[in-house]
Amino acid sequence: MSKLKIFTKGFIKENAVFALFLGLCPTLGTTTSAINGFAMGLATTFVLVMSNIVVSMVKNFIPDKVRIPAFIVIIATFVTIVELTMQAFVPDLFEVLGLFIPLIVVNCIILGRAEAFASKNNVLDSSIDGLGMGLGFAMALTILGAIREMLGSGAIFGFKFITGDGMLAFVLAPGAFIVLGYLIAITQLINKGDKKTVLEVLSGVWKIARSFLKFLNFSK
Amino acid sequence: MDYVIIIIGAIFVNNVVLAKFLGICPFIGVSKKVETAIGMTGAVTFVMVIATIVTYLIQKYVLVKFGIEYMQTITFILVIASLVQLVEIILKKVSPALFQALGIFLPLITTNCAVLGVAILAVGNKYDLLKSTVFAIATAVGFGLALIIFSGLREQMDLANIPKGMKGVPIAFVVAGILALAFMGFTGLA
Repeated sequence: MSKLKIFTKGFIKENAVFALFLGLCPTLGTTTSAINGFAMGLATTFVLVMSNIVVSMVKNFIPDKVRIPAFIVIIATFVTIVELTMQAFVPDLFEVLGLFIPLIVVNCIILGRAEAFASKNNVLDSSIDGLGMGLGFAMALTILGAIREMLGSGAIFGFKFITGDGMLAFVLAPGAFIVLGYLIAITQLINKGDKKTVLEVLSGVWKIARSFLKFLNFSK
Repeated sequence: MDYVIIIIGAIFVNNVVLAKFLGICPFIGVSKKVETAIGMTGAVTFVMVIATIVTYLIQKYVLVKFGIEYMQTITFILVIASLVQLVEIILKKVSPALFQALGIFLPLITTNCAVLGVAILAVGNKYDLLKSTVFAIATAVGFGLALIIFSGLREQMDLANIPKGMKGVPIAFVVAGILALAFMGFTGLA
């Protein structure tokens, strides 16, 4: 596999969230706004890249039977580093993401990549794989966060573009599930190469968005 | 009264799956049939309660005592992972029937973030041992409630005429969203 292919496969084709359904808890729990989603994505990317590098370096020394606990310890170490660093330098963000920072350790993407890729490939390929997968995850969280923020509070990356409130349900729990459901549907259609249905779904989404904007007196 | 608030809060108001977003992977993964959902609930309850008690004791008598609270994440995940292994071995010897029923779900639980999440939350909320245990049981009941309702809905959905693009996982998420909307009605109870 070429280096470029290793890097890009994490964005759409093997996107951790939209295609493989991994790491769904932080995906739903932290994407109340685009910034939060992006920050969570970057924290996960850091852990993913570092753990992939270390796992691929020590893969020949770890006996096969204890490899999973060993991987978990490596991952937990980097999660603790992220946790303490964020607590020290961005306490506000740490407060918002809260429980989901220590929970990076049980994010199935990270253990999954360590087991499926880093334990079989060299250091360079593993770090590229970690970076691609991590940025794909960050992209998914940012998109989900941006959509929820737009619908839920009428803002994007913190800049408000409507007066008044949005549909609060989209910032709360139900919106997370519903938006993610539609995003997964679109990704599945793209991966199947079904262009006609993709256009139909996208035009449907556009119609919903337009009527929503009309409802908020934005399109005048 | 404290206990009532903890129980109602953990089951309905702050439902672990539908409000706190913990344990989404098994929620989506093993909810195709009511039977497997019940099996998973049993396994999660078992591990969650034991894990919360053990991690509480470790937090109090090891981490705090020696001033190494920053090792919390590493210690807790290792304890949970080995606990799951231990439960599996003991169950195999003591009750083969129960092992048969829960067997395939047990390894999955290590990466169930609800277990680690509840352990960390119980410590973070400064509960004592009894409150932590009650909190763990109530959370597990909340998890089971959401999972079993959801699997019932998904069994019905197999018969429904769903648009092509939404079949499978996407429609499951939309239904979960509507279920979460229903659970929002409990806000204010506790």
